[in-house]
Amino acid sequence: MLKVENINMSYGDLQVLWDVSFEVKEGEIVVLVGANGAGKSSVLKTISGIQKISSGDITLNGESIANTEPSEIIKKGIVHVPEARRLFNEMTVEENLIMGSLHGEAKEKRYETMEKCFELFPRVKERRKQLAGTLSGGEQQMVAIARGLMSLPKILMLDEPSLGLAPVLVQDIFDIIKGIRHQGVTVLLVEQNVQTTLTFCDRAYVLENGRITLEGTGKELLNNDHVREAYLGI
Amino acid sequence: MEVFLQSLISGLLIGGLYAIIGIGMTLIMGVLKIINLAHGQILMVAMYVTWVLWKFFGIDPYLSIFITIPFIFVFAEGLSKYLLHPLIEKESILPENQVLMTVGIGMVLVELARSIFTSNYKSIHTSYTDKAWHVAGISLHVPLVIAFVIAIFLTIGLYFLLRKTDLGRSIRATAQDKVAATLMGISSAKITILTYGLGSALDAAAGSLLLPVYYLYPDVGPLFTVKAFVITILGGLGSTVGAIAGGLVLGVAETFGATYISSGYRDAVGLVIFLIVLVFFPGGLKRLTKV
Ligand SMILES: Nc1ncnc2c1ncn2[C@@H]1O[C@H](COP(=O)(O)OP(=O)(O)O)[C@@H](O)[C@H]1O
Ligand SMILES: [Mg+2]
Repeated sequence: MLKVENINMSYGDLQVLWDVSFEVKEGEIVVLVGANGAGKSSVLKTISGIQKISSGDITLNGESIANTEPSEIIKKGIVHVPEARRLFNEMTVEENLIMGSLHGEAKEKRYETMEKCFELFPRVKERRKQLAGTLSGGEQQMVAIARGLMSLPKILMLDEPSLGLAPVLVQDIFDIIKGIRHQGVTVLLVEQNVQTTLTFCDRAYVLENGRITLEGTGKELLNNDHVREAYLGI
Repeated sequence: MEVFLQSLISGLLIGGLYAIIGIGMTLIMGVLKIINLAHGQILMVAMYVTWVLWKFFGIDPYLSIFITIPFIFVFAEGLSKYLLHPLIEKESILPENQVLMTVGIGMVLVELARSIFTSNYKSIHTSYTDKAWHVAGISLHVPLVIAFVIAIFLTIGLYFLLRKTDLGRSIRATAQDKVAATLMGISSAKITILTYGLGSALDAAAGSLLLPVYYLYPDVGPLFTVKAFVITILGGLGSTVGAIAGGLVLGVAETFGATYISSGYRDAVGLVIFLIVLVFFPGGLKRLTKV
């Protein structure tokens, strides 16, 4: 479905992605794991179009979407839920959700989709008139995911949704992600939380210093010596 | 007591106009993250347009807002698109460069106005210029009352635009987090350019509404840039409600200054308040309510 082929990307003179290739198939949960600074967020930024690649290609169902404007990417059904949530803090939760549905079909079905999000996140519904900036970290993450879902994505890209959350909440968030996949949304997840994500993803890639160094099913990587040593501390 | 009430009410009326000037400045500040030092000069252009429409076409200054608002909107969008935005795109250039650009735009506008219209004072005289309503011993200057009412309608209209439409929400979203807004599919370039137009359009409305009660000459531009700056500082930078409060406070303060000190000190009062606020209340009026 989504194919990233040999992409290179730099911030000014600083190259951070080197020949990165991976693939996400329809209905999968694929996770990109790696240490802080490995380039995980940068990969998502190139896909959502907020960073341009210097070479390589990104295709969606065979059609190149590399270096396309972010406003086009979201219309094509790929949404990027950024690291640290980045909600519109001075807007209500409901307005934040509305911001996820500015175009086309998503706009037409805005309130219908919102009801579905409220079913998925009852806490978000309770808080819908509150300013997003006043919510707890876990609630904010739920709003961020819901805001992504409001665009009716085919592919949901999540950048470290577990960041800064208490362990109980982390489990909740991952359960929700599984639920979202069951509703037919393909998920590309970026995480440092290696242990948990590898146990529930379909396939995973390891990113180190801007390069993909390992790939396999979650189970394979959990049993990989390098992964065990470098990421699981075993 | 009557003099006091009279000054207070006149001050509030003019403050209503200052409020929309301040809201325009605040909108631009919120989205572009710059202080628009051409704000008053754009208002001056609107005043000249209003004057020309009245002088050569006999169009009433209040009706002319239907022309000045769209005209200045398009004019300012052009400035933003071709002069300001190219600087924003370049990440290596400091944001100060855009502020300097607004200074440059302001100077050019003033000198253009001087070469076309000379430095002579201009004013217009309509049938209602000198009219006043008398209510309970207080006289209400008709043109100011009309201007105030129109300013209120514009403010309400803007409120609905910002709160209830996708365009308005996109403007607020871009002001709050540009990257997140971009990820929602909002073109921040489009919103940035449009916001400069919108903020300037409010300024334009204020210009047209001021002309019946204010002398016009090219240096009105810098004078109103300073006023706009004072209003937004008073309002605590970046809050539209603050800008309304700031506008009203400045209007009242100026009128009191003119009444109780000397009419020559009207504009100086604003500057004194400005200094007091900067030194004692660096957070603007918001700080007063919080403490
Ligand atoms: N906007 C930026 N400008 C310059 N360098 C950046 C920027 N964002 C990230 N980097 C650098 O790119 C590298 C990869 O960062 P990032 O993709 O955020 O990693 P991760 O998400 O895996 O922690 C890091 O060295 C980081 O310092
Ligand atoms: Mg990251």
